[in-house]
Amino acid sequence: MSIAPPPRVPLASGPAAAPAAERSEDYLWTLNFGPQHPATHTTLRLVLKLEGERVVDAMPEMGYLHSGFEKIGEHLTFNQYVTVTDRMNYISPMANNVAWHHAVEKLLGIELTPRCRYIRTIITELARISDHLLCNGAVGLDTGAFTFFLYGFYQREVIYDIFETLCGARFTNSYTRVGGVSQDFTPLVIEKIRTFLKTFPKTLADMERLLTRNRIFVDRTKGVGVLSREEAINCGATGPVARASGVARDLRKDEPYLAYADFDFQVCCASAGDCYARYLVRMAEMRESLRIVAQALDNLPEGPVNVGIDQRAALPTKRQVYSTIEGTISHFELSMSNRGFEVPCAESYGAIEAPNGELGFYLVGDGGECAYRARCRPPSVSHFSLFPRLIRGHTLSDVVAVLGSLNIIAAELDR
Amino acid sequence: MPYVPPAVDDVLAAVTGRFGGLESGRFRDQTSLTVPESQSLEVLAFLKELGFDLLIDVTCVDYLEYRGAKHRYGLVYLLTSTTTNQRLTVRVFVDDPTSPDEAGPTVRSVVPLWQAADWLEREVWDMFGIRFAGHPDLRRLVMPEEFTAHPLRKDYPLQGRGERHNFPVISRDHS
Amino acid sequence: MAIGPMTAGPMTTASSPAGGRLELPENVVVSRLDELANWCRKNSLWPMPFATACCGIELMATGASKHDLARFGAEVFRFSPRQCDLMIVAGRVVMKMLPVLQRIWQQMHEPKWCISMGACASTGGVFDTYAVVQGIDRFIPVDMYVPGCPPRPEQLIQAIIDLQDKIQAEGTITGREFDTSQRQLRKRALVEADEFLVLDAARNPNVQRSLSAAART
Repeated sequence: MSIAPPPRVPLASGPAAAPAAERSEDYLWTLNFGPQHPATHTTLRLVLKLEGERVVDAMPEMGYLHSGFEKIGEHLTFNQYVTVTDRMNYISPMANNVAWHHAVEKLLGIELTPRCRYIRTIITELARISDHLLCNGAVGLDTGAFTFFLYGFYQREVIYDIFETLCGARFTNSYTRVGGVSQDFTPLVIEKIRTFLKTFPKTLADMERLLTRNRIFVDRTKGVGVLSREEAINCGATGPVARASGVARDLRKDEPYLAYADFDFQVCCASAGDCYARYLVRMAEMRESLRIVAQALDNLPEGPVNVGIDQRAALPTKRQVYSTIEGTISHFELSMSNRGFEVPCAESYGAIEAPNGELGFYLVGDGGECAYRARCRPPSVSHFSLFPRLIRGHTLSDVVAVLGSLNIIAAELDR
Repeated sequence: MPYVPPAVDDVLAAVTGRFGGLESGRFRDQTSLTVPESQSLEVLAFLKELGFDLLIDVTCVDYLEYRGAKHRYGLVYLLTSTTTNQRLTVRVFVDDPTSPDEAGPTVRSVVPLWQAADWLEREVWDMFGIRFAGHPDLRRLVMPEEFTAHPLRKDYPLQGRGERHNFPVISRDHS
Repeated sequence: MAIGPMTAGPMTTASSPAGGRLELPENVVVSRLDELANWCRKNSLWPMPFATACCGIELMATGASKHDLARFGAEVFRFSPRQCDLMIVAGRVVMKMLPVLQRIWQQMHEPKWCISMGACASTGGVFDTYAVVQGIDRFIPVDMYVPGCPPRPEQLIQAIIDLQDKIQAEGTITGREFDTSQRQLRKRALVEADEFLVLDAARNPNVQRSLSAAART
């Protein structure tokens, strides 16, 4: 396939700031980075124009993992599509499940039970820890710190073990359902989470000791890929990438959903906007997530986890189905293909603070059991389009550091 | 208790004062503003001045199979204000052009206002075939350059039209 | 370790082709060149991770410390096709990526093998859509399929062990087992021909047999 020359966008400030018309571009060297490359975190492509080692321009290309998620959303019911949302941001699938059903329940107008809200909060925060461990681990791996990556991966295995005890799958859980979740917390799950809360801070401290004040790592990431606050807002960045640039926006505090209003935690921000700041923000967010999970576990409310039978959203328990007439009717109505949920003919947008940023779904309902349009608003698209701005003037070795710090998940990017 | 987003009545009043009556709707605490295409860029620029500095999403819905739809394509602009936390959905409805000369509906691009719209509009062009006039670099984003159809339109089948298997086969003795 | 027949003991004896008996010292083994080559190749498979999606994370987890793939000789995950002999396609392959996959497969040197990891690489998985290739074996020769979405690391390790058994059983030092034009034609027939779906007894002998069994009762 032919490589189109990058568009003539005026260069930002930096050593290579001379306007393109004044110098011929023939001596610039074009390097194709990806889509198969260890540092591209699966399938991204960058076409870099290099002057020696300095990157003069970068043209990112995506679409190498585009699977038609949004078209599938028009053919699967709300409870079937959650299996597909797992495969979007596949390093924190629980957060995607919660985001999807948050948007669906907003469209259908369903209020969750308190226990369900706490459970979903706990699993979202565990998914956030899992995501940040892999993101920072990948930044470490790409800059040469293999041990850091392996430490992080071992802790992710502990989280996988918790999820497997909870719902049977390590990741790609498809755990949430409309109106609730598929399995309630058992005492074994709670015990495993408590053990994780006790042992993880020590490992996190070990990991911080490895990299946070490591001269090599700091030199490679400080001052690299600086994103100013105005640029971050104008380019639509959300999540840790925006918070590291000084945009103090976190949907958990600004638009509290689930049970976040009940917990005491801080929003982690930085002002430098470089790769090091993004790394620090993610490490701090892991600590805050631990605090949230601890508070949630201590105050976990009793009661049913799925909504009641009268809402006709979640499948009733077998005891209700076999002993009450409302349970039987509700079970049949939800299972029959021409009945199902009561979906209004309306459109709504629901978003949560996913580990990567604001993950939202714009749903159009048409009265049927499948969404008419299920648009996923992925945070990675804005972050990947930021990439040329961040890399101009830096060297080739900074490309991997910047790409890793943006945490671009190709499946979420391409859908 | 569930979160109630801040009201956008003052914003709607300001927009109405400047541009005249525009249709607005409200569904479960979310406000949407329907703008005709001729005024879309001006209204969005005015909204940006009013404080909606974060463009969350630009997307489109194809209403071909929707009962009671009046137009075929409905563009959606999701705006947020980082200072006041208000959210607003702006709808712009377009149709397929009646003359066969034009390839698809055309809308003015909002890239001069928000750089985030750059790739989002490219994706709308790729998936729906809506052109954005004034876009710096309108080409396909997720599909290959050689792809000809617009997949998310309702008349394009889910399994495609055979493009996905149109490749040479490498067998064991060739490789 | 299947290094050919040999007897234990400080002084081993082996029969020479001429029919006499040879006295071999302890530090000499006798084997077929093919089996020796297979043993070397199977125990040092260097994977080329073609990780595209979620299976890529399970591939990384298989290489990480808990389920260690290095125990099986697959220590180095070299990302250069020129240095690898096992391509593990982990994740869905979409039509924009397929030419890249084919080019990387062609860049690998022989002997090379391919593991199709996960449901999406094997058959398209959950994604029967306009963009996803419904199974990479339509375009690339695949030696081992790993089911799962995503497969557990233990499943991937089992696939590598099975591939090692396959290499040991079928391999040759010159790579003659890769000349499979006849087998390829038959496999493509399974994918494309609809004779197998035809219930016409005259064309499909299997249907003929079951019909006569039913006619007998």
